Amino acid sequence: MTLDAVTRTSARRRTINVLMLGLTAVCALVAVGALMFILGYLVYQGGSSLSVSFFTNLPTPVGETGGGMANALVGSAKLLVLAASIGIPIGFMAGLYISEFASPTSAFALRYATDLVNGVPSIVIGLFAYTLVVLPMGHFSTLSGGVALAIMMMPVTVRGAEEFLRAVPSSLREASLALGAAKWMTIVRVVVPAASRGILTAIMLGLARVAGETAPLLFTALNNRFWSRGWTEPTASLPVMIFTYAIAPYEDWHRQAWAAALVLLGLVLAANIGARLLVRRGIAAAS
Amino acid sequence: MAASPPIARPTVQPRSTAPEPSRPIKIATVGLSLFYGGKQALHDVSIQIAANEVTALIGPSGCGKSTFLRTLNRMNDIIPKVRITGTVTLDGDDIYAPGVDVVAIRRRVGMVFQRSNPFPKSIFDNVAYGIRVNRMAASRGDVKHRVEESLRRAALWEEVKERLHDSALALSGGQQQRLCIARALAVQPEVLLMDEPASALDPIATQRIEELIYELKRDYTIVIVTHNMQQAARVSDVTAFFWLGRLVEVGRTDSIFTNPREKLTDDYVTGRFG
Repeated sequence: MTLDAVTRTSARRRTINVLMLGLTAVCALVAVGALMFILGYLVYQGGSSLSVSFFTNLPTPVGETGGGMANALVGSAKLLVLAASIGIPIGFMAGLYISEFASPTSAFALRYATDLVNGVPSIVIGLFAYTLVVLPMGHFSTLSGGVALAIMMMPVTVRGAEEFLRAVPSSLREASLALGAAKWMTIVRVVVPAASRGILTAIMLGLARVAGETAPLLFTALNNRFWSRGWTEPTASLPVMIFTYAIAPYEDWHRQAWAAALVLLGLVLAANIGARLLVRRGIAAAS
Repeated sequence: MAASPPIARPTVQPRSTAPEPSRPIKIATVGLSLFYGGKQALHDVSIQIAANEVTALIGPSGCGKSTFLRTLNRMNDIIPKVRITGTVTLDGDDIYAPGVDVVAIRRRVGMVFQRSNPFPKSIFDNVAYGIRVNRMAASRGDVKHRVEESLRRAALWEEVKERLHDSALALSGGQQQRLCIARALAVQPEVLLMDEPASALDPIATQRIEELIYELKRDYTIVIVTHNMQQAARVSDVTAFFWLGRLVEVGRTDSIFTNPREKLTDDYVTGRFG
């Protein structure tokens, strides 16, 4: 091989290197760009329709301007409270069982099953909640929507709790046991506190995820043009309102849907960023 | 284990195991074997450990000395598939007998680990942990008093008394290890097991730990695993040499280092292998 051939080869390599580097960078930009585009477009479209009345007023009849989505905001909040109060205790305790008490075989089986539940399409979970709650009650309700969202967030909570508990170093457990602490006391006083920030993060991510779910609510919480009293009436929620308003033929409703989407995305992003900050501070302080 | 040592199985001679006549036997094992699943890690270990003495366990990595140490407070119980035969007695009582409360055993036989492992809590809460979980203190003031007492015994009080409520993780490595010793002392154990307590420390911190061990043996029976033969020679009264899961020889430290009975021991303490 002559020197010339060597230089030509490396020139070709350099070109390919530059090309591939460029290609991967562009792909990375596209991936992140989707978020930027969605956010930018939502601010552009929805920002102008946001007003105080959006947060305080009920929806108005078609043709009348100035309505809001106060009932959907409250409805979403109520659904999330229900989902959290059902999903967090069950998810946390299940994660505790898998991490601390299950045999390796049953831990594997439970983990696998949890991942399968996580992969079930949300519309199917909606159907399940429909049979479980709506059919026996005979009507749509906030309660049934909360149950559907609780089932949706459970796998995330179980796996989050389980993984963060398992990540607590065995040296800490041994230290506690060697001091004459029983196993349950070690779990309550050492393991869970050491994992608490991580678990909290997993819970927040789970809640943020179900906050935007539409499909499980379509035939559970349904929708409502008015305030929903108590827990047994159908209720409006932000995602379902967005869906309803976006497919309606009215220009005014479209603008409202944009505003609702902006609010929803803002809340979900805030929860996500909050959770990440929490876990990062947790690592820094290691507690 | 396939490779069995090229020596006759060492028999335990009364001459070599007998502690000073004045000292009662605190811990004794008879024919102790331990299996991880199908793999045997300890072979028929019989040893007597005298009260208020420091017994050093030496031997190359993987020889079973840490495993042996952990049988003395049943820490191996938490490892799955561990099986034990033979007996371990504490003041004459078999600690593996059915119905024995393992939590009570661990309170009597404290442990300090190789890597310091303070809880991610404050210095005070680390030491108070054992006092609280064992409900040893009558009042909040009593907890404080016991924490101070333990920190003083571990020679750490003067360094931390101004910042008891800071995180224990902010302490230096040597301070963390002395904190772990204070934490173990706080539950008033009778025996202190130390698994290479200074192996991760610098020479100055190591020296402080060694001085501490010397201080503590007045009140405690100490069993220490060490990789460092000078350390064994400096701190211990009795030395036991382990090899491939067997106790090769045990005797007064000076005789083990100057005049061992077994050739294998001689080769090891003079640095010909290991």
